[in-house]
Amino acid sequence: MSDLSNYTLVDLVEGIKNKNFTSEEVTKSFIKNSEVSDKLNTFITKSFDQALVSAKNFDKKSKPNGLLGGIPIAVKDMFCTKDVKTTAGSKILNNFVPTYESTVTNKLWSEGAFLLGKLNCDEFAMGSSNETSFFGNVTNPFGDKIVPGGSSGGSASALAANLTPASIGTDTGGSIRQPASFTGTVGLKPTYGRCSRWGIVAFASSLDQAGPLTKTVEDCALLLQAMSGYDPKDSTSVNIKVNDFSSNLTEKVKDLTIGIPKEYRVENMPTEIDKLWKKGIDFLKDAGVVIKDISLPHTMYALPTYYIVAPAEASSNLARYDGVKYGHRSKGNNLIEMYENTRSEGFGDEVKRRILIGTYVLSSGYYDAYYLKAQKVRKLIKEDFDKAFNNVDAILTPSTPSSAFKMGEKKDDPVSMYLNDIFTVPVNLAGLPAISIPSGYDKNNLPLGLQLIGRPFDEQMILNLSLALQRRMNFKRNIKAWWK
Amino acid sequence: MSEKKFDYFIKGEKNKWEVIIGLEVHAQVLSKSKLFSSSSTKFGAEPNTQVSLVDSALPGMLPVINQFCIEQSIKTGLGLKAKINRHSVFDRKNYFYADLPQGYQISQYKNPIVGEGEVILDMPYGTKKIAIERLHLEQDAGKSIHDMDPENTFVDLNRSGIALMEIVSKPDLRSPEEVNAYVKKLRSIMRYLATCDGNMQEGSLRADVNVSVRRVGEKKYGTRCEIKNVNSIKFMQMAIEHEAKRQVKLLEDGKAVDQETRLFDIKKNITKSMRLKEEAHDYRYFPDPDLLPLEIDKSLIDKLKKTLPELPDEKKDRFIKNYNISAYEANILVSEKEISDYYEEVIKHADKKLAANWIMGDLFAVLNRKNLSIKRSPVSAKNLSILINLISSGEISGRIAKEVFEIMIEKNDNPKEIVKSKGLRQQSDPKELEKIITEILTKNKDKVAQYRNGKEKLFGFFVGQVMKSSGGRANPKLVNEILKSKLK
Repeated sequence: MSDLSNYTLVDLVEGIKNKNFTSEEVTKSFIKNSEVSDKLNTFITKSFDQALVSAKNFDKKSKPNGLLGGIPIAVKDMFCTKDVKTTAGSKILNNFVPTYESTVTNKLWSEGAFLLGKLNCDEFAMGSSNETSFFGNVTNPFGDKIVPGGSSGGSASALAANLTPASIGTDTGGSIRQPASFTGTVGLKPTYGRCSRWGIVAFASSLDQAGPLTKTVEDCALLLQAMSGYDPKDSTSVNIKVNDFSSNLTEKVKDLTIGIPKEYRVENMPTEIDKLWKKGIDFLKDAGVVIKDISLPHTMYALPTYYIVAPAEASSNLARYDGVKYGHRSKGNNLIEMYENTRSEGFGDEVKRRILIGTYVLSSGYYDAYYLKAQKVRKLIKEDFDKAFNNVDAILTPSTPSSAFKMGEKKDDPVSMYLNDIFTVPVNLAGLPAISIPSGYDKNNLPLGLQLIGRPFDEQMILNLSLALQRRMNFKRNIKAWWK
Repeated sequence: MSEKKFDYFIKGEKNKWEVIIGLEVHAQVLSKSKLFSSSSTKFGAEPNTQVSLVDSALPGMLPVINQFCIEQSIKTGLGLKAKINRHSVFDRKNYFYADLPQGYQISQYKNPIVGEGEVILDMPYGTKKIAIERLHLEQDAGKSIHDMDPENTFVDLNRSGIALMEIVSKPDLRSPEEVNAYVKKLRSIMRYLATCDGNMQEGSLRADVNVSVRRVGEKKYGTRCEIKNVNSIKFMQMAIEHEAKRQVKLLEDGKAVDQETRLFDIKKNITKSMRLKEEAHDYRYFPDPDLLPLEIDKSLIDKLKKTLPELPDEKKDRFIKNYNISAYEANILVSEKEISDYYEEVIKHADKKLAANWIMGDLFAVLNRKNLSIKRSPVSAKNLSILINLISSGEISGRIAKEVFEIMIEKNDNPKEIVKSKGLRQQSDPKELEKIITEILTKNKDKVAQYRNGKEKLFGFFVGQVMKSSGGRANPKLVNEILKSKLK
């Protein structure tokens, strides 16, 4: 039998359903890869034994069912998993074992999947290189000392290295799409409100959204379908029908109109990325799509707006990690000292930086100048997109302004690190769905992605366009398993 | 009616000072579950047994608004004749404390659910309108327990997340008496509406009291101090009195009042500084991104309007108009819904004025003595109405009625049966009475002579003797008539 870990998610589901192979065989193939993957440092917690038990139980069932029947899946360690340690990549939750299961992972399990392990990520999902994790850097399988992107770096890396057939991440400012782009995988951030946030460790509540990371667009449609849906436990989730994304997936995109925003043509962008963008445009034209130049005039304000809104919410969301109830607690002679010691020792530098920024922008006397103004700009950014979508069906941009960089390269320069999210952040501010699909390589043989942005709740449209692109791109993940 | 004049002023050594008071009342919403979770709100449970994942702020937990609490606060707003804001927003009030699991309290800051309203007070010097500035919904915190262990503080999260309505008055109150009337009226309105049980012992009703003073005649408000978390009307009154005097002393000594938060020390009867304005928290309020703004349908407000019961003010007007009782009496009878219900039950079949007298007099005395609410009155409304009818029809005298009432307290028997079995029926036969009277006058010839010589005070003596000899049963009206004619 060929190596099952090379299969797509769709093929694995089909193969298990048709009894071509068993869930146990599938699970073993991924465990086998994972066991020799320590150099990549993708796993924070391995649940291999339990996964094997689940696989065997699945194989015993007379009537296996579910969209993901018999599939082991490793998930980003931002999702709370019942009885399995959940850290958010932070020391402060180093010992935290939830008694509950997040809605999104629960949906996967109820479709027949089971947990393979918990994947490394930037601490509290704050980072673009997976270098802020308390559990160490994750390495990109495309090269030693290359970052996988972040914050869902563990998810992207594990997927690209065939350690999991698919994964889920969270995307607050690009945390799914950017690592997908850096690892040659498909990553989709759904519309805000499409997936429940219940049970996901919160970073910035008005921006956070869970989404799939997969090898193909078909896999993406399937996983998105399994994880989407209204949840009464999340007041911001939206009660809207979930498409059968897989059945409706089609390459027929003729006569759709795609917008090309001029503001995304940033200075100093590598020519390869510009070329790739043009290639994407040509492929879409080939599929019968009409291309239209558009303007999203407030794009340049997106990054500063994001770096006010996200830290503001984070500073409040992370107040609960105080050593009183759960997680890490340091000693102190009184309550204040205990707080100070716990949070000083429990949080890493990037998290502290964002808590400080967030606290500052919400402070009395600064609120109007920063937070309130950022909210106003956020509205303008959203209106840019609303206007654009009067004339186009989707928008095509590069996913990132560069390919994956070297570890340590941007670690001491937060602003240059933040600039990596310049194409992904506006989408979160506007609450729109967007997908990154692998589209080619740069001169260093590192993958690059293109991003398609869609109308609210029209994930189907960007999936269909992605499918049309995917076939024409004919992208191959050229990875040698050097880490074994 | 002679109206008293308002006369609460602090007399300093140099000036007379007016006291300005505003209240922030925290009223626990009467609701089975908490504001953002389904945990029980029952009072008195074992510590940390009514705590959900949301209440303890575990990672990834999200608040979901309890629709019933929204309706309760709309109802309360309507009861305060206030504007209901169709659009309101939940904000996060950020601060660290061990019994605040989220590290923030979900509250309403710029856009509360209820806007301006009013509460009418009946004071001895007339009615007074107290303006309400706003009512907003917020979560309660947990409870820190400092005295269970010398080293550690314990935290009980049963209260964490319970819905509170913060009702903010304008600085319209001028005396501890008005504060007393205001809190009681507010409580009465909420009890009528069943939106807050008003139980101060259980912490369902607490207040932050803002106090400032100014020289009589001055227009500008002085600097205020806020006395935090006072949980009884008596303590509020004591705290105000003390705080006003403290401020007067400062000002008359040429010093300034610092704007600060103070705590009332019950044992020492003083207020103590808790934190100065400069030390005040920066709460960094911002809209809670986990909750959508609250949009209230007009149809919901209209629906709730229709369910509103008759409130104390309307009931009072009706009582005065329909039952011919005084404003003073009406006020007391409507102060609690249960009292007004009891009264209206009694007067279905009995005299309205007598009923008011009996309830406010004898019945209240018994309830007070036995420390009972009217709901648990030992005398049923039905039996009291029978008793009153026995008086009205002349079957028993008021004095005998009191005797019968004492027996009713113990047994709640039908007063008719008591009168019958004890032979207490009033002696109203003129012939019988004449016989007794003649006998007494014969026995006391000297006093009759004195009376006739002008010592008219002796009339009472004769009445007394007749009553005594009839065992109190003689009809006093008849006795009077017969005595008068015989003594001519």
